[in-house]
Amino acid sequence: MSEFIRVDGRKKDELRPIDIQIGVLDSADGSALVRMGKNIILAAVRGPRELHPKHLAMPDKAKIRCTYRMATFSVPDRKSPAPSRREKEISKVLTEALESVVLSHLYPRSAIDIFIQVIQADGGTRCASATAASLALADAGIPMRDLLAGVAAGIFKDEVVLDLCDEEDKDGTGDLPIVYSPSTDEISLLQLDGQFTLDQFEEALNLAIDGARKIYDMEKQALIDRYKIDVEEEIHEEVSVEEQEIEELIEQELEEPETKEEEEDFAEKITPSVSVGETTEETVEIPVTEEIEETTGEIMEPVSSPTEPGAPAEEASEPSEITEAPETFGFEAVTSSVQEHDAIKESVQEGEERLDEHDVVHEETEESDEATEEDVISVEEYEDEEEKFDEWEDLEDDEIPTPETETEEELEDEEFEDTDTLEITELEDQEEI
Amino acid sequence: MTDRTIIAEIEKSYLMSLLDSGRRADGRDFNEFRPIKIEFNYVPKAEGSALVTLGQTKVIAGVKAIIGTPFPDTPNDGVILVGAERSPIASPDFEMGPPDAETIELARITDRVIRESKFIDPTSLVLVPGEKVWMLFVDIYALDHDGNLYDAAALAAIAALATTRIPKATVLEDGTVKLDPEETVSLNYSFVPVSVTTAKIGEHHVVDPNLKEERIASARLTVGYKDANTIVSMQKGEIGVFKSAEVLDIVRNGAAVAEKVRAELQKALDEFKSERGE
Repeated sequence: MSEFIRVDGRKKDELRPIDIQIGVLDSADGSALVRMGKNIILAAVRGPRELHPKHLAMPDKAKIRCTYRMATFSVPDRKSPAPSRREKEISKVLTEALESVVLSHLYPRSAIDIFIQVIQADGGTRCASATAASLALADAGIPMRDLLAGVAAGIFKDEVVLDLCDEEDKDGTGDLPIVYSPSTDEISLLQLDGQFTLDQFEEALNLAIDGARKIYDMEKQALIDRYKIDVEEEIHEEVSVEEQEIEELIEQELEEPETKEEEEDFAEKITPSVSVGETTEETVEIPVTEEIEETTGEIMEPVSSPTEPGAPAEEASEPSEITEAPETFGFEAVTSSVQEHDAIKESVQEGEERLDEHDVVHEETEESDEATEEDVISVEEYEDEEEKFDEWEDLEDDEIPTPETETEEELEDEEFEDTDTLEITELEDQEEI
Repeated sequence: MTDRTIIAEIEKSYLMSLLDSGRRADGRDFNEFRPIKIEFNYVPKAEGSALVTLGQTKVIAGVKAIIGTPFPDTPNDGVILVGAERSPIASPDFEMGPPDAETIELARITDRVIRESKFIDPTSLVLVPGEKVWMLFVDIYALDHDGNLYDAAALAAIAALATTRIPKATVLEDGTVKLDPEETVSLNYSFVPVSVTTAKIGEHHVVDPNLKEERIASARLTVGYKDANTIVSMQKGEIGVFKSAEVLDIVRNGAAVAEKVRAELQKALDEFKSERGE
């Protein structure tokens, strides 16, 4: 079946190499760069934000606007910079595809704008654009029912092949671009040109769907890779605050350690568990205190099992006979930070759940093995929710018209007090005129 | 369209419950087109024209032909360009001004049915390869919008092209083209493509949706058929989605519907041509 070798050496059901980068643009709320073969597609999301012009606003949902544009140098012959009919049509079908997954009812009267720039075109740009756009939306923390994966199947030399490159696209006799969401089995973009028999069409559709599934997995992995780091850093920051408080506590307690043995044993046990990063060094200094036990509550399992003793703690000066050391208190300090991790994670999950309450379909289609990805996305979602809420609040404040700060009388009064103020000078100037 | 005429919820649920019981508001089968009426050569000053009435939907298409230079990347092909206009004459929802995305989509869907099926062989429009070719401008005007402009536009454009007569052109030895003002020739074609639009309303699929059905549909799929077994174009519209199995159903079901529509178009064409003495 796969004997047919294509112009670029691929098998008929083989995708071109795909590279996904998420969060590549600083000023955008979300962005993604997708390379698919020689395609270079950049997508940026702005919103949810105020909609202009306002008469387009919808009372029950956000207006989704997707603009697909090709750079003049993206194709062999310079493309006219004016938007072509093709670009307008693709913008429309991409908007519809994106609208089918975005939970636009969460943002009534606002706009979510998606800008897609084709930097280099190599066949199948609309599919790669849909992939990039949905990743940018995820990066912006906009709630969606699912990600979109775009890929085309087509006919080249009477063979149904997956993911046509430019040469195959131009010389081929059929092109079937689709955008697909695997977890809900939904086709949200479907176009076709060329000549397909009914059987060829069925074969091509199935081939494209299989291809989309592979792209979908890559998208999920890219999101996990992007946000795994962020989650850890975020937790680390949160922990550091608590850490300082604990440190202060420790310093008080350190004045009179109960036994030196205990301290040393404690230090040995605690040092190797570096999993929390820099925080561990400080937490080393925590001695047995009832206060901490109270605050930490239940004793938890250590995150990483310390098997070998690490660097000796500074304050462990003269070790003598090792008495029976308290069993777990060494970890308690760490546990407290670990619990902080969990607390944050929980709060994030709570936030996500709150979002999910709006979304019945989402829950229905959710698969348990996607939990990690869900978490990863949700952190952003939740934070962005908050951020955006703040933004809205700010906006409203700004919009409140500032009253005339000083009446003329007041100004005159002020003139006597302080004639050098700028306002007064301006006023005088005006009077002269 | 952001400011669509609103369908009352009560009417929507009535239409839905009808569909649930296997009926449509206008009494048609799910796979039944509205009556098709085609008036050929409606505009004698155009090289070809047709006024198509599909139920209450009215669309007129006209063809103008000029001799021009081919596109650099296709020196041995003539040019067929399809344009569309949805002016306020057809619907309170349409506005004057440059074509919006949906108008462009209408033109491009129709263009694809004609182009991809190779209904008019583009090489037959070449006079001097790389230099002089016939350029056919097919322009579609929506006149009355009662749903499914897509299939009506395709019928009108195809009917207009099928009845187009262009002046007989002779290429002289010096490469200039001489047009015979007396004699005209028709364009060569061996089959007529048709398109079938299916709307998804709830879980039901109905072909040739009227305006109200279009408004309550979550998605639509327009498929162009060259013959009973060959698909030449496809376009999904609206924000709804299709399951993969649904698409296959719609495409196979549409193929059968397309044959009925094609038979009607072919019959009308044959009648007109025999009248005209071709």
